[in-house]
Amino acid sequence: MALIETIDMWQRRDGRDILRNINLRIERGEVFALIGPTGAGKTTLLRLIDLLDEPTSGKIYFNGVDTAESPAVRLGVRRRMAFVLQKPVVFNLSVYDNIAYALRWRGMRGSKLREKVEHIIDVVGLSDYHGRNARNLSGGEVQRVAIARAIALEPEVLLLDEPTANLDPLSAARIEELISSIIRQYATTIIMATHDLLQGQRLADRVGVLMDGELLQAGSARDVFASPRNKEVAEFVGVENIIDGVITSSEDKIVTIESQGRSIEAISDYLIGEKVCACIRPEDITLSLTRISSSARNFFEGEITWLVDVGPLTRVEIQCGFPLVALVTKRSAEEMKLARGQSIFVSFKATAVHVTKLQKHKIKNMERRII
Amino acid sequence: MIELWNGLLKAVELIVTLDPEVMEIAGRSLRISVTSAILASLICVPLASIIHFRQFRGKRFLINLIQTFYSVPTVAIGLFVFVFISRAGPLGWLGLLFSPAAIVIGQMLLVTPILLGLVISALRGVDITLIDTARSLGASSFQTTLVVLREARFAVMVAIIMAFGRAISEVGISLMIGGNIRGYTRVITTAISLETSKGDLELSIALGIILISIALVVNIVLNRIQQR
Repeated sequence: MALIETIDMWQRRDGRDILRNINLRIERGEVFALIGPTGAGKTTLLRLIDLLDEPTSGKIYFNGVDTAESPAVRLGVRRRMAFVLQKPVVFNLSVYDNIAYALRWRGMRGSKLREKVEHIIDVVGLSDYHGRNARNLSGGEVQRVAIARAIALEPEVLLLDEPTANLDPLSAARIEELISSIIRQYATTIIMATHDLLQGQRLADRVGVLMDGELLQAGSARDVFASPRNKEVAEFVGVENIIDGVITSSEDKIVTIESQGRSIEAISDYLIGEKVCACIRPEDITLSLTRISSSARNFFEGEITWLVDVGPLTRVEIQCGFPLVALVTKRSAEEMKLARGQSIFVSFKATAVHVTKLQKHKIKNMERRII
Repeated sequence: MIELWNGLLKAVELIVTLDPEVMEIAGRSLRISVTSAILASLICVPLASIIHFRQFRGKRFLINLIQTFYSVPTVAIGLFVFVFISRAGPLGWLGLLFSPAAIVIGQMLLVTPILLGLVISALRGVDITLIDTARSLGASSFQTTLVVLREARFAVMVAIIMAFGRAISEVGISLMIGGNIRGYTRVITTAISLETSKGDLELSIALGIILISIALVVNIVLNRIQQR
């Protein structure tokens, strides 16, 4: 049984669908990252999971219990979770009391309470701020208090909404470090929302892509990145080369995609006539100054339009009927004497091309896709 | 002018020597008004929380109505309470007329709108995210209310002190249903009113200075609280 399961969950507000048909299963002990652009509905989904709001339709089960049963059930379930809001606010009390507050609600008193709070303050590295009013802390410290407050409850599920979004890079890195140590130490189920795919990749076992209120894809970060389900997801996860086209031939899964007068060969199950897009990772593209013979099925001649160094690599933009981006090491760029306006040959294997649907699949009311 | 100057000197003497009558009247005033403010707070703070947190029809209207009663005339309250507790009134059998308890009841009614209104605004001033935070940490609705009240504690204290200020400075209620009975229901304001009409300015001025000093202390405390 999944720890949390949402079934056909919709959330409408002011006549707009904020969430559409969310069917999500979260297993106990899993770290799940909900990724998606700002305004995709991540916060709305987390609020529903934490039972702060009620869905317009659909169900949420916690450990098999229907959470819509009664307010008492909802409170009981909510007490097994803790939610760190996107812009956490602290109570106008000392750091200590901020953390002790929710434990007192659960009836914890005396030395047990004191030991617990002291320990957590230590864990999040706020020992020096003990008696300080939490209102006078910096953004990163407030985030620490908020996380401390949440983990002090030893929740079965920890919900984090953009835990590093409003912080400077250094504080963000520290918070991320804290979260990963919590993941290791407490082995709690964690659901976190982030617009940062890389953060999701670093912290989570599984990521789910939420766009425009729909859960489009879920899986390991590697899978989502390597085989995005459609063009939108591909764009969001930062696939740089997305080429629209139509399948014109298909033989033994080897398809030809026509795009702007060029043909790209790829491996795919899509049928002739389907509109697709081809995703090619920049690091899978090989550049050469002369026509070389290789096993790569795709070979084009083009012109370099732009060059820029990114760390140890050089990003090369090429126009070869369609625009392509390739990454080469700085050294090889220098050896090849790459320059703007130079003509160049690009090649990539048919297996390096991920073919995905061009158009977003519209979810209908009755359809279910469990993620 | 000479008369006023003499009055002032005499008044200072009365205060400095802790004149028994002056002290007795001032003490009673404080006791009665503090009691009114505290009892009214015990009723109004929970009531204001209910009004703030519950959604119901006519809520806006109710809040407007409460604010309208901020400046209700004290004599109107005096009359209203008088009708109820006079011998012939529905609560006449309690024998409350012309007693300190009657003044307390009147003053409680007087400060209720101010307390309700100010506490509701205090609660409104609390960041809505704080309510979500409390709920997400597992607070029940009662605990959430306490969190919000605690967060608004300074503004709530300001409301209570304002209520006390209104209570101690009123004269209509104390006079009409307290009766200004010497040694029993005579308070600062009623004493000033009586002594002035009798021409005994010294006592009036002494009590006036004490009343203004109380107002000053209240203001200083208010300022301190609002700075936090």
